[in-house]
Amino acid sequence: MAELLPFSRTDLARRVAHDIGDGWYVNLGIGIPLLVSDFIPEGRQVMFHSENGLIGMGPRPEPDKVDPWLVNAGKQNVTIRPGGSLIHHADSFALIRGGHLDLCVLGAYQVSGTGDLANWATNDLSVPPGVGGAMDLAAGAKRVWVITDHTTKSGEPKLVEKCTYPLTAVGAVTRVYSSLAIIDVDRTGMTVREMAPGVTFDELQAQTGVPLRRGPVAS
Amino acid sequence: MQTDGPGADSAGAVNDGRECETLTNKIVNSVAEALSGIDDGASVMIAGFGLVGQPDALINGLIERGVGDLTLIMNNAGMVAGVGASLLLELGRVRKIICSFPRAEGNKVFGELYSRGRIELELVPQGTLAERIRAAGAGIGGFYTPTAAGTMLAEGKEVRVLNGVPQVLELPLHADVALLQAWRADPLGNLTYRGTGRNFNPIMATAARLSIVETCHLAGIGELDPEMIVTPGIYIDRIVHVAEPRLSAGGN
Repeated sequence: MAELLPFSRTDLARRVAHDIGDGWYVNLGIGIPLLVSDFIPEGRQVMFHSENGLIGMGPRPEPDKVDPWLVNAGKQNVTIRPGGSLIHHADSFALIRGGHLDLCVLGAYQVSGTGDLANWATNDLSVPPGVGGAMDLAAGAKRVWVITDHTTKSGEPKLVEKCTYPLTAVGAVTRVYSSLAIIDVDRTGMTVREMAPGVTFDELQAQTGVPLRRGPVAS
Repeated sequence: MQTDGPGADSAGAVNDGRECETLTNKIVNSVAEALSGIDDGASVMIAGFGLVGQPDALINGLIERGVGDLTLIMNNAGMVAGVGASLLLELGRVRKIICSFPRAEGNKVFGELYSRGRIELELVPQGTLAERIRAAGAGIGGFYTPTAAGTMLAEGKEVRVLNGVPQVLELPLHADVALLQAWRADPLGNLTYRGTGRNFNPIMATAARLSIVETCHLAGIGELDPEMIVTPGIYIDRIVHVAEPRLSAGGN
């Protein structure tokens, strides 16, 4: 029996980066999704958008070359690439809402079988809510890909029939890159594209809260 | 000659460039003067995303002015405890905040006020916040957006299916005052920004009855390239020169 080797976060970031098309405009959510920018294959042109009005975002600067006037959505110092541009907030979200972004990569608490996304609030009322740009991005981008562990730390499925956490958007997620599998999502359900080494379809299904279909490459 | 109301008596009478210059010099000498007339109960837009593009001197001036019962409209709810907007909250000057992301790493000020019911929160998705501000400045009565449809932030709002997509009716967001930060300003109030310091500044400039800008640098009339001016002076009422802030490097 093959050894089970879940995809690490780095593996997932590399896979997402590999799947980004040449010439795409892409927004990366705060946290793990930001790792994706480290793995864009050589020669592929990708423009990163940051919701606070930066198109053509580059990597974090060298410590002695920080421009404190350039920050990303997580308020970290970044750089701007040649050909980048700066816009105000209404324009930045107009391009999000208007469907001009080819892709947004986000984290998730839960994704439903038809692509509902819950990623902005838990049901813990002691924590003040904060939505930021998550709802605009999930509703507006052409594609919404989620990077996530397949289950919670206590083993509960994160891919569920119906989200129990507050929704970010309805029917928004088009692909999930989880620690166990890469899964396409549409209004009709979830289709497995690829599984981590050593994972069987039955094991994957057992850790998933919604029925999965076998895709052509996941038999 | 009037100098206090922007263009008060000037309609049709001003063709001479020099006279125009005098009529429309909006530069004031101090932060206190820039903030004169702001009273208790005011609704105040504060630009900035994180610490960048945030008018720190004007916020500190508002604290010194002592006004309270304020409604703040901004993206965050103060980044660093003990200073700026966070201090306004700590001092109990804010009745309500309209924002997208009130949490800040390491800053519990908002969270404690919120959990004790001491501050009202209207949480708005960031793009909807920006568009509501833009709509106010542009005289739009409301708009439908797919953002937040089917979520708890659409509860109680009108939803229509347009082009097959459920969309939420959102109304414009006006304010009494906008506090802004520019990189360069001329006496007419034409503004340029630096880096991601642009953020909410250009739209908040349009949406308040009184728009006040602190600028890092002053320029003469004609010095700013008209092709590069982001905010035209028509939106700006008062300008105060404040030296460039030392923004901390390293983020968060």
